[in-house]
Formats: sequence, structure tokens, C-alpha cells
Amino acid sequence: MSALSSGNAVKGEPILRLRGISKQFGAVSALADIDLDVHAGEVVALVGDNGAGKSTLIKILAGVHQPSSGTIEFMGREVTLDTPAKALQLGIATVFQDLALCENLDVVANLFLGHELSPWRLDEVAMEVRAWTLLNELSARIPSVRQPIASLSGGQRQTVAIARSLLLDPKIVMLDEPTAALGVAQTAEVLNLIERLRDRGHGVILISHNMEDVRAVADRIVVLRLGRNNGEFTPENSNEEIIAAITGASENSVSRRQSRKSEQTGLQP
Amino acid sequence: MTQDSRFAALDRADVRLRHDEGIAGMVRGFIDRIRSGDLGMLPVVVGLILIATVFTSLNPVFVVPNNLVNLLFDAAAVGCISLGVVCVLLLGEIDLSIGSMSGLASAMVGVLWVNMGIPLPLAVMAALATGAFVGFVYGMFLNRFGMPSFVSTLSGLLALLGLQLYILGPTGSINLPYSSPLVRFGQIMVMPDWLSYVLAVVPGVVFVVLGMRTIRTRAAANLSSHGLGVLLFKAGALTAALLIAVAYLNQGRGIPYMFGVFVALVVVMNYALTRTKWGRSMFAVGGNAEAARRAGINVNRIRLSAFMLCSTLAALGGVFSAARLASSSQQAGTGDVNLNAIAAAVIGGTSLFGGRGSAWSALLGILVIQSISNGLTLLNLSSSLRYMITGAVLAIAVIVDSLARRSRASHGRA
Repeated sequence: MSALSSGNAVKGEPILRLRGISKQFGAVSALADIDLDVHAGEVVALVGDNGAGKSTLIKILAGVHQPSSGTIEFMGREVTLDTPAKALQLGIATVFQDLALCENLDVVANLFLGHELSPWRLDEVAMEVRAWTLLNELSARIPSVRQPIASLSGGQRQTVAIARSLLLDPKIVMLDEPTAALGVAQTAEVLNLIERLRDRGHGVILISHNMEDVRAVADRIVVLRLGRNNGEFTPENSNEEIIAAITGASENSVSRRQSRKSEQTGLQP
Repeated sequence: MTQDSRFAALDRADVRLRHDEGIAGMVRGFIDRIRSGDLGMLPVVVGLILIATVFTSLNPVFVVPNNLVNLLFDAAAVGCISLGVVCVLLLGEIDLSIGSMSGLASAMVGVLWVNMGIPLPLAVMAALATGAFVGFVYGMFLNRFGMPSFVSTLSGLLALLGLQLYILGPTGSINLPYSSPLVRFGQIMVMPDWLSYVLAVVPGVVFVVLGMRTIRTRAAANLSSHGLGVLLFKAGALTAALLIAVAYLNQGRGIPYMFGVFVALVVVMNYALTRTKWGRSMFAVGGNAEAARRAGINVNRIRLSAFMLCSTLAALGGVFSAARLASSSQQAGTGDVNLNAIAAAVIGGTSLFGGRGSAWSALLGILVIQSISNGLTLLNLSSSLRYMITGAVLAIAVIVDSLARRSRASHGRA
């Protein structure tokens, strides 16, 4: 049984279409008039500074928050994502930045949380086998799936969270900072996994601050700034262009630091 | 050959994992768990031995079979209430109105059945339905208004007590007829010897049969298991302990049916909590409600179910105590009933902080609490001293829970 069994959408066909999404938290406008498209077999990177609204947008798509205005189209139909269950059911899986795992439950229970096999007489053996299959496909380094999450390291928890998102064979996978807590090998595995998901026809939304990871796998790079769309790029665009869009000016702290460094090295004989 | 198949097992591939197998492995695992603060049944066993030794030395009547039979009669009522408390504690919530709820249920049975002449089953059903409704209200208060269960059930404590006094009216006490099946159930009816012996053997047999099936299916799926030796050892120890207890109690009057009903409820609850999706969701909501919500669990419905179960079981406990005392009075459900039920759940190993516990803790905890209460009664201590001592026991139980929790955190267990 493969975790990435079926590519169900035709490559290039639009899966998700956001138009004019806004979200207010009281007086604060976290998102204003956001447009975003995700197609089957495409990795869209969502980048932006802290507070740009990336995580808010992810939470809206996961059904955790409801947008104040705007429309969400999924597979050509307009949908409302009012609960996380609804989003999962449609095929939108999310790996949250805070992972959202239950520390008191073991790995198997967390993987299958809310989607246990045979609800009236839990099939622990089948769930455990499936858990090992999923984790092995991700090359996870987890000694035992019967350990509570509390005893796992940050990277191991991350892998469990990613494995969980794949359980229901989703159409879109959203990963919020998936490599932040990972070692070198695990980061490479996650990037491989993202490419595998794309090749199977899934849509992937990737949030990352690591431009190297983003450029390695993304087909398009969507920049958010202060809750608004601030340009769309491809990995062919230069780092400077993207960073200028993220910070809002070509003259910014990153470029100033770079020029200062280059001046210093230039001064040395 | 076993060596090879073991290392090929899907869950034994990682070299860092120590493989506890056989009885030696079981003992080693047990010691590890205790050290890391996963105390399990240990406090109860130590507590029971301590209590039995102290009270027997003070008054030998304590261990006489008939006294223990009485103890089981008494334990069933508060035990039922405690079983409900386990449900809300698992969510990290609390219900402080269980005493009043049981008092109200007992008053309802008295008024509806004895005073108004409504058939007994209907009166009991009405009491249970009231319990379910009260739990529903608490759940809605929490879900709709975010009202902490501590506050809503504290106000419920007063309101339900008021309702109990109101329906009992100025006389304040109703005697239930001694010849009625309810009172006979609560005071006299015990199992015949053969039935109690059969019931003592059943758990061990079921344990072995289910265990062997698990071993087979796990082996078929290329997963390891603890092995047949451990299984037989556990089943044997369990059966021996039960048989000795039953034989001893049968020298007195025997095992009360009421206690049997309570144990059956514990078994059903244990199955629901450990082997169903609902139970898994209960633990998830108690451990991390936001994570549970994002996993698609309907957290509100889970909370509602827990509060409704708790109040319904409290009402059932009230009916049991009315049967036990053959009366519905203003005193029913007051005094130490509330705290005894909560203390029993905590002493049995259900955490006050949510996400940890089991149905068994109600059974084990109530045995400890009821033994203390029974022993103190035998010593003819006034209720003032009994309250103080029970209060101290509850404080100790919570301290043990908190320390164990801290230790678990530092040992990487939830």
C-alpha cells in the first residue's frame, strides 16, 4: 500500500482558486484581497516576512479560520471551509507550523487521529502496519510507533505530522515551514517527497523562509507582503528580485547588509 | 529461527530500541515505567495494603468477609459516580455537581415512585434522563459560551441541591419499601457461588483468547508481540487473584449484584475508551484540543458526550445509593460524596490535567476510598475526623499525580 498511491487530478488542471480573500482580526487586517491559484502537479511556494499573512492564509484553507470575504473554488466548485473536517474531506491536507499533535497519544494514534480504521473496534494491527509503511516511505527515523509523541524529538514530530497529512491521499498538501526543525538528510527527504507529490499530480503549497529550499522545488513563488499579493516569481528570477518583493523595497536590510559585507571584503587587500 | 523472524519484524528494525520480551522483559519494562513516573496501579496496590494493615490492626473486624461485602455494596454507588468523573477528567474538565446530581436522582426516584406511584423503571429512567439533560446543559455552556466547567458545575451544585430540596418538600425524607426489588438489589441481593466463580474465571479466559488472537494477527502482519509466556502469566495471576477474592467473599454473604453491575459498567467504559474512535477522540481532546479539532474531530460533540455521560452516571449512582439506604433524603449526595468520587478517580490514576486515565481507575480508586471510609466508621470516629482524613488522602493523591506528571515530562512520556 503506497502513501502516494493515486494521482487523481490531471496535471495542469486548476485545483484551487482563491479570489479576493480577506481576513480581519478585529481592527487588524491580516489578509487583504489575496488571489492564489494552485494547479495539479505544481509546487507553489508562499513566501513573505514574518506577519505577512502566510500562516493565516494556510489556516483559512485548512478550515481553522474563516475568511471575512472572498471566494474559494476547489476543483471548479465554490466551497466554504467552515471546519477542519470539511477541508480534510475535500482533500486539503495541512502540516501546521505547530504540528498540532497530541503529545499524550502514540505515533499510530496521532497518524490516524479522526480517521481511525473501524471506529467501533479499532483495528490497531492494520493501523500500525500502515503507519510503518508511511513512515518508511518518508525514511523516518522513529524507533517505535508505540511511543507517545512526547518522547520524540522535534524532527521526528515533524515527520509524523507530514506522514499524517498524506494518510488520506489528499489533492493538495500544504506544508507550513516543513523543514525548519529537520536535519540535513530529513530536509532532503522532505524536498524529495514534495517532488514526488508533484509528479503524482498533487498540488503542493510550501511555506518556507529558506530561499534555497524554495528555489529547489517550487514551480512558482508567490510573495505576500503585509497581507497583500506582492508579485509572483519563478525560480529563474534572481534572489534579489524576490527579496525586494518580500521586504517591499530594493533598498532593504538584506541588501544593505550584503553591500556592507562586499565593501568590507572589497577593502581587504 | 525465532531470532531471525524477530529482527525482521516491521516494528523491531531500529537498533536503538530495547526489546523487552518474556517475563524478565515485562518486569524490566514495569520498573522503567514506574521510574519515569508512569505509576499505573502501583499507588492503589500500595494504598490498599497499607489501609488493610492499619485498619485490621486497629479493629480485626475490618477484614471479616461480611464487612468486605458491605464495603462492596457501598462502593458501587460512589463508584458509578466516579466512573462518570473519569470521563470529564480525561478532557481536563471537572464536574463538581455530581454529588447534587446523585442526590437529585435519588429524590426523584423517591418522589416519582413512592409518592406519585409511577412505576419504578419509569422513575429510574426519568432520573437518568434528567442526568443526561443536566450534562447536556453543562456541555452547551462550555461549547457556546466558553464557560469553564469549574464554574458551570459549581453553580449546578447549588441549583441541583435546591431542586432536590424543593421536590422533597417539607418532610425532607422518603422511605423506600424494604420488600421492593430496588431496595433488595441495593441491600440484599448477592450472586450465587457458582456464578461468582464463573465470573472470576471469565476475565482470564477472555484475556488469553483475545491475546492469542492479537499475537496471531500481529505475526501475520509481521509485527512483534510480547509472547505467549507473558500473556499466560498475566492471565494466570489475574485469575488466581480473582478466585482468591471471590472464595474469601463467598465465606460471607457473597458478591453483591450491585457491585457486579458497577464492574460491568467499568468494563464497557474501558472498551469504549480504549477500543473505539470515540475513546481515542476523548484522549486527543484531553491532550490537545486544538490538535484534535484540526484533525477533524468534532470537539464540541466529544465534550457534550463526556458531560452527559458524567451526569447520567452520577444519577445512576444516586439511584444506587437510594437503594442502598432505602431512602431518599435531603442528605443524599451531600457531604463527602462529591469529593470521594473525584478522589477515587484521581487515586486510581486518572490525571486532573486531562488526557491520561482509564475506566479502571474508578474501580480501583473507589476501593481505596471506601476502605478508608469503612475503616474509619469501624473505629467509631466522628464525621469531623473522617472528613479531615479523607481530605488529606485526596491532597496526597493529587500531589502524587502532579509529581508523577512532572517526572513523566522529564522522562519524555506524556
